[in-house]
Amino acid sequence: MSAFLDFGPDAVLLAGLTGDNWRLKDYVARGGYEALKKILSERTAPEQVLAEIKLSALRGRGGAGFPTGMKWGFMPHNAPEKYVICNADEGEPGTFKDRDILRFNPHAVIEGMAIAAYVMGCGRGYNYIHGEIWEVYERCEEALAEARASGFIGSRILGSPFSFELFNHHGFGAYICGEETALLESIEGKKGQSRYKPPFPANVGLYGKPTTVNNVETLACVPLIVKNGGQWFLDLGRPNAGGTKIFSVSGDVERPGNYELRLGAPFAKLLEMAGGVRGGRRLKAVIPGGSSSPVLPGAVMMETCLDYDSIAKAGSMMGSGAVIVMDETRCMVRCLQRLSEFYHEESCGQCAPCREGTGWLAHIMHRIEHGEGRPGDIETLDRVAHNIMGRTVCALGDAAALPVRSFVKHFRDEFVYHVEHRRCQVADHV
Amino acid sequence: MTMPLSVTVCQKIDQAIAKYPAGREQSAVMAALTIVQSERGWLSPESLRDVAAYLNMPPVAVYEVASFYSMYHLKPVGRYVLTLCTNLPCLLQGADKAARHLQEALNIGWSETTADGMFTLLQGECMGACQEAPVLLTNHHRMCCKMTPPQIDALLAQLRAEAAGKERDE
Ligand SMILES: Cc1cc2nc3c(=O)[nH]c(=O)nc-3n(C[C@H](O)[C@H](O)[C@H](O)COP(=O)(O)O)c2cc1C
Ligand code: SF4
Ligand code: FES
Repeated sequence: MSAFLDFGPDAVLLAGLTGDNWRLKDYVARGGYEALKKILSERTAPEQVLAEIKLSALRGRGGAGFPTGMKWGFMPHNAPEKYVICNADEGEPGTFKDRDILRFNPHAVIEGMAIAAYVMGCGRGYNYIHGEIWEVYERCEEALAEARASGFIGSRILGSPFSFELFNHHGFGAYICGEETALLESIEGKKGQSRYKPPFPANVGLYGKPTTVNNVETLACVPLIVKNGGQWFLDLGRPNAGGTKIFSVSGDVERPGNYELRLGAPFAKLLEMAGGVRGGRRLKAVIPGGSSSPVLPGAVMMETCLDYDSIAKAGSMMGSGAVIVMDETRCMVRCLQRLSEFYHEESCGQCAPCREGTGWLAHIMHRIEHGEGRPGDIETLDRVAHNIMGRTVCALGDAAALPVRSFVKHFRDEFVYHVEHRRCQVADHV
Repeated sequence: MTMPLSVTVCQKIDQAIAKYPAGREQSAVMAALTIVQSERGWLSPESLRDVAAYLNMPPVAVYEVASFYSMYHLKPVGRYVLTLCTNLPCLLQGADKAARHLQEALNIGWSETTADGMFTLLQGECMGACQEAPVLLTNHHRMCCKMTPPQIDALLAQLRAEAAGKERDE
């Protein structure tokens, strides 16, 4: 393990982490569990904690960016059985921040979940961990055992009347289980197929009981907000989106990795932190928020700041904060083809527009990429993508369609060239 | 012929069951399948029936789960299942080279098993570790990072030596 991990000078979530200091004693030495201790010893009213979360303008880091305080406020007050779930099923291509939070600072998530449970009155929680990161699951099991042994999790926590049981649940290979209702089905021991909404999980969730699902990074912010105040967190970011954000930078950069920046920082700064485009080549395209967000031309991205509104204005989404960088040598047809294959593979198959549509997209992209494209294919791609959108049970359908529409929109020439010349326009193939 | 679940397997499944509220044993089905697969290498129809009986679930419900999640094997596989992530971020960081190298070194394609039954090669989706691309999993449990061709050669040699060592012990 490297002795020093550099996540950037603005890091608060990942500050001071070395890779070796993940244990409870290290977390406590960094001021960990103070927030939980404080609210339990002072018997702070849950509404008061919720008010701080609302003031912080923390928005969900799992992709949709929904205000966390508002989401917690949807939970009914007097239900006897309620659940809080941590979504650690990180499978959105390009996203690798939750893995670093969990392996380098697992107690921040445990403390965040305990505080969330206190505010919403949940007696039990689960951390649903991505199947492919078994070693991280094992670390989470160890950290949880430490937290239990020290009385931070369990019955009558730190001598207060508050009890909270927490468990890790290990997934086993299904991207769709990152969608919160598919995740709940999966914990119930079923195949991960998304549920119709409404009812929303806040009313009918795990085992039919009120449930809130939050992303790892969202929950890791909670102890910091409680400890330093909602205003402090708000001031780190934008007026309608407080805090820092961890950006997972991958693809054609010198130093792929996680970088934590204040919301609203310029993309150019992030690119510089990641060492710039690999080999000094020119920036061609960027997918700013995970594979489900629309691709943007590099020039547009260089003028964009990294916050929800700015990225939306540029024509894409903050999503999970996974920034995939592509340089001038990359073939956009090949890139989209691989993504289309992914969505087809991962569709849970219960709604026809998604099941059939992702199949068509993958099929057409495969033939264009392999020099067998036909006249009209590009229009068909756009039409199929259009027909998926808004017609499915969950957002995977839109997630499959948005990349297609944006790749075709911004890089149409390359697609046309592929169809007309039956080969790639770009010299150095992916 | 049905082999009963071993004592250690039953103990591990019981630990998983204890994580869920009373009456929600079905929630432990994913863990149970993982545990049985780790011991037996793959999930035969008998194994699925064993898990169903242990958790008091209809066998078809267990089958549905086992066939839905990509990391369960319903057919025999090699001693070592190697899953290489080939999603876009890994592809941009050398997964294509790693894929070619693996296929040539093992002389098999995706979803195939070497003639000696040692390796099965699978194409994987994003494993949430793209900063360390190309990423490869062995038997779904151990993550190997930055898998350049020399790294791949070293891994294959190490796994072959490990297998030979175990055979000597047996
Ligand atoms: C196909 C699909 C995959 C998703 N994958 C994830 C994921 O891996 N992690 C995650 O936190 N949220 C994921 N989400 C979003 C969740 O449904 C949910 O909105 C989120 O966990 C809520 O947490 P937050 O409010 O803290 O962001 C996914 C959504 C969809 C439609
Ligand atoms: S949109 Fe796709 S993934 Fe989502 S529920 Fe429908 S078929 Fe399943
Ligand atoms: S794309 Fe390979 S680990 Fe993410």
